[in-house]
Amino acid sequence: MIKLDEIQKRLLSEVADLHKVPEGAYNIRSNGESAGRASTENIEIVPREDGQGLTINIKPGTKNESVHIPVVMTKSGIKELVYNDFNIGEGADVTIVAGCGIDNCGNQDSEHDGIHRFYVGKGAKVRYVEKHYGSGSGSGKRILNPGTEVYMEEDSYAEMEMVQIKGVDDTNRTTTAELAAGARLVVRERLMTHDVQNAISTYVVKLNGEGASADVVSRSVARDDSYQKFDAKLIGNAPCSGHTECDSIIMDNGRILAVPGLEANNVDAALVHEAAIGKIAGDQLIKLMTLGLTEAEAEEQIINGFLK
Amino acid sequence: MLEIRNISFTVDDERDDKEIISDISLEIPDGKLVAITGPNGGGKSTLARLIMGIEKPTSGKILLDGEDITDLSITDRARKGIGFAFQSPVRFKGIQVFDLIKLASGRNISMADACSYLSEVGLCARDYINREVNSSLSGGELKRIEIATLLAKGSRLSVFDEPEAGIDLWSFQNLIEVFMQLREKISNSSILIISHQERILNIADRIIVLKNGQVSAEGSRDEVLPGILGTASAVPECKMINPEKGGRCDDQA
Repeated sequence: MIKLDEIQKRLLSEVADLHKVPEGAYNIRSNGESAGRASTENIEIVPREDGQGLTINIKPGTKNESVHIPVVMTKSGIKELVYNDFNIGEGADVTIVAGCGIDNCGNQDSEHDGIHRFYVGKGAKVRYVEKHYGSGSGSGKRILNPGTEVYMEEDSYAEMEMVQIKGVDDTNRTTTAELAAGARLVVRERLMTHDVQNAISTYVVKLNGEGASADVVSRSVARDDSYQKFDAKLIGNAPCSGHTECDSIIMDNGRILAVPGLEANNVDAALVHEAAIGKIAGDQLIKLMTLGLTEAEAEEQIINGFLK
Repeated sequence: MLEIRNISFTVDDERDDKEIISDISLEIPDGKLVAITGPNGGGKSTLARLIMGIEKPTSGKILLDGEDITDLSITDRARKGIGFAFQSPVRFKGIQVFDLIKLASGRNISMADACSYLSEVGLCARDYINREVNSSLSGGELKRIEIATLLAKGSRLSVFDEPEAGIDLWSFQNLIEVFMQLREKISNSSILIISHQERILNIADRIIVLKNGQVSAEGSRDEVLPGILGTASAVPECKMINPEKGGRCDDQA
């Protein structure tokens, strides 16, 4: 039976839009241990022997089912490293919702490092949503270092939405992917950093099979004294197509470094990188002010839209 | 009613100060559609931006219904009832047409209400309401959405800065129809259009001609229009089509 306090419930709604126990398969991890778990006929969630993580087996052909594996941390000073493996069977079509919320009111750092490995079977489709959120007034840092590895078999499809809008002090995100023939990877990253936060996001995508394609797009806002680094590398080892884009708004003393990386090892690899960094355009502010918004309200609307 | 009293506007040029607007005084009465025309560089758009507060005058006063608004911000002027349609409508990544119309209305309006404003400017609402106000929209589409935001805002004085700039002839004809409809409902408000297109001047109640930062002519359409036909202040529609620009309106024609 799941027992969660109000802070844990709030974190769950922030990271997984969950207001009650989810339908389908789920595991809720709270302060280092499982607070509730359920498997279904097609989706089996098995804890790893060492207790630090889960193996999630999705049967071939499973359609329209979902898996929720949110993590919440409300105790100061916890540091954990968790491995979750997802085995997605051939021809399955599923949605996986992960995410981590940390509320740190203490003065010790809280850190959750989650390594997610996806083995996407032939022709399988997976939609993955990962949200990060931090809150709490303590001086202890809220640290998240997600590692994502995606291994895609022929003609599989993965769509990954990674969102971190508020409250996470330090993030070092690494995403690697290997795509076989006909596989397609779509990544949409949305990031906002504030105060003195630090966020690093690194992608290495190997397009190994004919007709493989990848589209990695990051939209981010760096405000106050925060720093971001977006480092996206596409490697074309076959006739393939790839596109990465980093579109960023800087405000106050925010700083952003975008590092485009394209490596073509096949004459039919078509790879494109786009990057743009700048402050909010003055005419955008003026337009919204002519509609009656104050400058601060206009700024808020522009950023909300940009990160939507 | 909007009153402009002895407004001057000077910018710092490389060598010396350059006066864009020189001691202009005029009135925009309620219930009227007023057009400001004149050759390029005459100060038309600057005057429109001074009215909205995007630029601040070097000297002089601007009064709305008798209240001095010269020192008010853009936001405060907007809240007092001035609306402004940009010559080049602004694009936003991620903000949808519905969001923009909702912001303009200042209320939590329904999708159906927002759609009605789009229909009024001749756009099929269903096709546009969820579109992003970004570069996927054409100049003509953006122009109409811009006007729809003004309709949603419901202004005492709506200022349109060169509404014909950057749109094709077909859109221009539709635009004229939209203005004619706006004119029907004008009663307790007024419309100011910055334009040197003859067809727009033709639907104006009053015409003001600006030249070298000063008013060179002012009066009813019948008084002013005959004297400026065929000049840079009243460009006929056929001159707008420039084949080299793919049939787009050409300000320099």
